[in-house]
Amino acid sequence: MSQTQPLVEVENLKMHFPIKGGVLGKKVGEVKAVDGVSFFIKKGETLGLVGESGCGKSTTGRMLLRLLEPTEGKIYFEGEDITKLSTNEMRKKRREMQMVFQDPFASLNPRHTVEKILEEPLIVHGVKDKAERKRRVKELLEVVGLSSWHAKRYPHQFSGGQRQRIGIARALAVNPKLIIADEPVSALDVSIQSQVLNLMQDLQKEFDLTYLFIAHDLGVVRHISDRVGVMYLGQIVELSDSEMLYDDPKHPYTQALLSAVPIPDVEHQKDRVILQGDVPSPSNPPAGCPFHTRCPAAMEHCGSVKPVLKEVDEGHYVACHLYE
Amino acid sequence: MGNPVLEVKNLKTSFLTEDDAIPAVDGVDFHINPGEVLGIVGESGCGKSVTSLSVMGLVPTPPGKIEGEILFKGENLASAPEKRMRQIRGNEIGMIFQEPMTSLNPVITIGDQLIESLRIHRKWSKKEAWKKAIEMLKLVGLPRAEELVKEYPHQLSGGMRQRVMIAMAMICDPKLLIADEPTTALDVTIQAQILDLMKRLNKETDTAIMMITHDLGVVAEMCERVVVMYAGKVVEEGDVKTIFQNPQHPYTIGLIKSVPDMREKVGRLYSIPGNVPKPGSIKTGCSFAPRCEHAGTRCISETPHLKTQEGSHQVRCWLYEEKGVNLHESDTAIG
Ligand SMILES: Nc1ncnc2c1ncn2[C@@H]1O[C@H](COP(=O)(O)OP(=O)(O)OP(=O)(O)O)[C@@H](O)[C@H]1O
Ligand SMILES: Nc1ncnc2c1ncn2[C@@H]1O[C@H](COP(=O)(O)OP(=O)(O)OP(=O)(O)O)[C@@H](O)[C@H]1O
Ligand code: SF4
Ligand code: SF4
Ligand SMILES: [Mg+2]
Ligand SMILES: [Mg+2]
Repeated sequence: MSQTQPLVEVENLKMHFPIKGGVLGKKVGEVKAVDGVSFFIKKGETLGLVGESGCGKSTTGRMLLRLLEPTEGKIYFEGEDITKLSTNEMRKKRREMQMVFQDPFASLNPRHTVEKILEEPLIVHGVKDKAERKRRVKELLEVVGLSSWHAKRYPHQFSGGQRQRIGIARALAVNPKLIIADEPVSALDVSIQSQVLNLMQDLQKEFDLTYLFIAHDLGVVRHISDRVGVMYLGQIVELSDSEMLYDDPKHPYTQALLSAVPIPDVEHQKDRVILQGDVPSPSNPPAGCPFHTRCPAAMEHCGSVKPVLKEVDEGHYVACHLYE
Repeated sequence: MGNPVLEVKNLKTSFLTEDDAIPAVDGVDFHINPGEVLGIVGESGCGKSVTSLSVMGLVPTPPGKIEGEILFKGENLASAPEKRMRQIRGNEIGMIFQEPMTSLNPVITIGDQLIESLRIHRKWSKKEAWKKAIEMLKLVGLPRAEELVKEYPHQLSGGMRQRVMIAMAMICDPKLLIADEPTTALDVTIQAQILDLMKRLNKETDTAIMMITHDLGVVAEMCERVVVMYAGKVVEEGDVKTIFQNPQHPYTIGLIKSVPDMREKVGRLYSIPGNVPKPGSIKTGCSFAPRCEHAGTRCISETPHLKTQEGSHQVRCWLYEEKGVNLHESDTAIG
């Protein structure tokens, strides 16, 4: 056991969604959305999670809060296995674990004003005094760069980026210990994005918050994360200290990912690794290394032998045969 | 060059609420030439989506109210009946919406949603359209396309939904493609693939693209010209090189300074201090004044105009008004 116990630890987490087919709706296969993921997050730390669209990032995040019941695996929160908690106990636990959802519109009740949306978690978690709740709502709005005049409006009256900020404010409402932020800044323009990122960092320092930060913007992830995990087809293929990952990416997928980032500079020379080959299907993942169908460095045994996550430098884990 | 595909003139879109009218778009002018990629950037809430929804005739009226002209190949869409708009939408103008879930129908399969416009506008047979739908899904990089056409939106990840929408918007080879934050939910490798696909559509079929994005990297890569909006107005416009290398409006300068650069890690990101004003709360003067470090008395008392600088570069800021303008001159609109 390391010096301090991690706030969260997941072991061999799996989520297999059934594919139903035919007239009877029988199960004809499964989407292996998350297929054996393990990691930990220390208290006060930010773990970034990046990876191809559809590789299982949101599913992983939702399982941590048990908004989805994992097919397999364990989730420890402050040392306690929360997969064993009853629905009721889990609901209480969620005061400490909050989520900012990827699709803000779908996660906000269209019939409630923003004030009501933000008050709700406060009521659920026992803030009884009405004036106190109003004060807190106002404060939360300010914190995410909205104003008190926004409180009386409904979600559809906001722009995409404003809605995303309402989602962040809602997650912050109950002072959680862990926030799972699923693409929290992707709909924001860069200036507001900086505001929100700075804010998340300030709150982290002030309240010793822990983040699982899911994003596909590598610049943002680098900025906010202490460590970064790279996912591909339901698995973690590289995990390391964030500086190390950006300076010395090891996995060929990570290398391709880093080379594909559009740089905001019209003169910048692009030297991209454009991935060739078919994107594999999570319902029928390739044998061996999941990346071998597109990997520019693939070797013969990559198609048959599955690489496991190994520590190749201190704190730098990679699942690839090149490093064995 | 020919006539622009789209010309928006003095567009004003406002929403009536119980207590007041919110001028979300407050006098916007811009145009897009055939085959051109125009970028639109600007602060969250500045009116980018409302502008594009206005062009598509998708702002519900009431509570919305639209004034000004929206000329699509010379035809004023602002006054076109809904029946005509239905012929145009999804056929001549394709749109990629910012939030995929709000525009995909949750109870219709992906495939049926994709073939709709081909069936209605192009009268394709079901079989042909179905084949095309699968092909489009593959083009946007979706695995197991044959199975996906039979699935429902909630079974897809955020980025997968976004790609379904992109496929839907492009399936009819539109003359104009409005892309509202088309790649926000996508990782960079897929993003590169999608941008490449859009570029190809743009080159091969001469589709003009109106690209709304807050990702300045995408702008640098895709766009020829850029329009910068702030609080419902255009504050700067110019070719992409000028905007990146010689931005003039204090808002644009701040925006470009705020980008987290992947190439290095800084302690704290730059961000423009303060917040966007409540729409309509600033009646006179420059709407950026409360946040602008250069703001002077004139900025508060008079509204700056969009003035042409060198070439086609335009800026709305008193700092760049020609010399000799009298501070007390009355505020005359420019044509
Ligand atoms: N239906 C509506 N009723 C009232 N106000 C609205 C409505 N739709 C949008 N608004 C307001 O209009 C303004 C412009 O919104 P718009 O969605 O165009 O912003 P945007 O530039 O696309 O921002 P973002 O980058 O966050 O998507 C915002 O202040 C928003 O709150
Ligand atoms: N409710 C569901 N039923 C069936 N399949 C699902 C369901 N939810 C997700 N999936 C599948 O699980 C896989 C992973 O989805 P997930 O949303 O976790 O991806 P993601 O990494 O968050 O992607 P993105 O970056 O696009 O948001 C996808 O193949 C998706 O189709
Ligand atoms: S194991 Fe082989 S196929 Fe997989 S990433 Fe490494 S080199 Fe490529
Ligand atoms: S007009 Fe004045 S307040 Fe507005 S951007 Fe220019 S200097 Fe700043
Ligand atoms: Mg996701
Ligand atoms: Mg928008």
